[in-house]
Amino acid sequence: MPAELPTELVVEARSLTRILPGTVPVTLVRDIDLGIGASEFVAITGPSGSGKSSLLYLLGLLDRPTEGEVLIEGQATGDLSDSDLAELRLTKLGFVFQFHFLLPEFGVLQNVMLPMRKAGGRDAREIRARAEQILIQLGLEDCLGKMTNQLSGGQRQRVAVARALANDPRIILADEPTGNLDTKNAGIVFDIFRRLVVEEGRSIVAVTHDPDLAARTDRRIHLVDGRVVAD
Amino acid sequence: MRLQLDIALAHLRMRKRQSIVSLLGVSLGVGFFIAIAAMMQGFQQYFVAKIIDVSPHIIMKDEFREPPRQAVMQTYPGGAVRLEGVKPEDEPRGIKNGKAKVAELSRLPGVKVSAVLNGQVILRYGSKDVSANLVGIDPQHERLVSRIEDDLISGQLDDLYGTANGLILGEGLAAKLGARRGDTLTALSTAGAVLKMKVVGVFNTGITTLDNIQAYALLKKAQVLQNRVNVINEIRLRLDDVSQAEPLARRIEQRFAYRTESWEESNRNVLGIFVIQNGIMYSTTGAILIVAAFGIFNIISTVVMEKTRDIAILKSLGLTHRDIEIIFLLEGLLVGVVGTLLGWLVGYGLTEVLASIRFEIEGFVRTEGFRLNYSFGNYLFAGAMAVLAAAFAAFLPARKAARLDPVDIIRGAA
Repeated sequence: MPAELPTELVVEARSLTRILPGTVPVTLVRDIDLGIGASEFVAITGPSGSGKSSLLYLLGLLDRPTEGEVLIEGQATGDLSDSDLAELRLTKLGFVFQFHFLLPEFGVLQNVMLPMRKAGGRDAREIRARAEQILIQLGLEDCLGKMTNQLSGGQRQRVAVARALANDPRIILADEPTGNLDTKNAGIVFDIFRRLVVEEGRSIVAVTHDPDLAARTDRRIHLVDGRVVAD
Repeated sequence: MRLQLDIALAHLRMRKRQSIVSLLGVSLGVGFFIAIAAMMQGFQQYFVAKIIDVSPHIIMKDEFREPPRQAVMQTYPGGAVRLEGVKPEDEPRGIKNGKAKVAELSRLPGVKVSAVLNGQVILRYGSKDVSANLVGIDPQHERLVSRIEDDLISGQLDDLYGTANGLILGEGLAAKLGARRGDTLTALSTAGAVLKMKVVGVFNTGITTLDNIQAYALLKKAQVLQNRVNVINEIRLRLDDVSQAEPLARRIEQRFAYRTESWEESNRNVLGIFVIQNGIMYSTTGAILIVAAFGIFNIISTVVMEKTRDIAILKSLGLTHRDIEIIFLLEGLLVGVVGTLLGWLVGYGLTEVLASIRFEIEGFVRTEGFRLNYSFGNYLFAGAMAVLAAAFAAFLPARKAARLDPVDIIRGAA
């Protein structure tokens, strides 16, 4: 690990540009410089097609930029192999998507245990205990033994959050995390995010087009046509 | 690996019916291969064992592979010489200086030698004329070279010594003539000689062609009948080590120039059929396995298509290309391995069923049921082929799954 940066940025984007190649190249994001510090709760907003999600995927190392680079906890990622990127996603990043994307063949506990099993380093009992503990913290103590299709939409999304937390990442990246939820459940998920930031010092970057949700975050980055127009 | 295995198993459980069909495809392929291979190899080995058992391992005949060359050709090898109107010399047939050759061959270690005179005769009994191949033997030596003595179903080989003009008939030949032990029949040779002969024994080798045409008499009597006193036209050898037959036959032929055939050469036509038989067996079972492989390809392709979102989420969680590939390869291998295990049971069961079937058949050889070869090697071979086919069938969809771009999928789903 390189020395901690003075500003302690957990995620940093340097002149990030992503162009989809093709006969008519499409620019998704252009020349974005961005730094996200510890314990920051950031909303990325903008009209649809403005590049919000694309930016999130770049920050989450799911996509590679055409130009520029992403640093995770100060570590440059431009030269890393695909499996190194996967390792970083596994240990340092947590994802929550609009759809919960839980594996339907597995139970709630199994879904949360999955990233820990991949990461290794813990024995089966520890993994199970930690998965239970996370789920209980998120108010899902009744769901431990259930299959995912026995849960409500709000519960599923909370399980997805629990899965994102499995390997104790400092950064949670969320893509329209409340997009499929009613107001009440959206509020619950939002409160969880808030708690993760305040009590556990995690950083959260959430793409949303919900102005109410955005208004309750610490910082809003507004994108139009792939560029940052307000921060 | 446990994690990937769990996911692979979950996928297969989810598509239970398709998985079972693929599994059945593999196990039937494996099972049929084992049963058919047991049957074919069993028959072939039985046949070869019979051949090795019944007939001499090497036969030297009074023929040459190539006709002797004219003197002028020998003087001008490669010269532009053309001879017309050449008439073959009417040389007396038979192995020249046979006794000395027999003596020399007898000195080879692990080799038993018997000199015989082989010739066509007509056997006449009552109103029936049947052509037969009469082999003049010396029982003392012949019993060391072939199994004729064990194959006698009535009479004894030494009865040839005790009876004037004794004759031993193949069972089929005896049946055609309607003659039995003790009957006296007439033998006529192409040399014009006629001899009254008494049947002293009947044999059954299990090789139908032999039993239908072969008859044995004392060498001396055969020589009289053929009007070729002191002549032999075949030297038969039996080896302790059968595998040496071919090289030894070549050496003997080089030494004496007479056409010398090992049992492999004499039965080349039948052994050639075996090669074709095996080809048919391998391609049939290969076809079953290919169909099974398509089944595996089908199920895994379907799972990959259905599970693109899961693949995307697994990748976003931090599973690598390799992990995804392993998951789907494992699915193919699971079907292949479990199918193989089931196939072993199917194969064992089928073999047992075949073994219990009883019937009488007369083809090249006589047998009263399937001869089966219980070879563990066939189980291994069929299993290896099945697992290989399964792995290959899984490989393409697995690679496709590994290459899926999670961003495309998540974007598409949102």
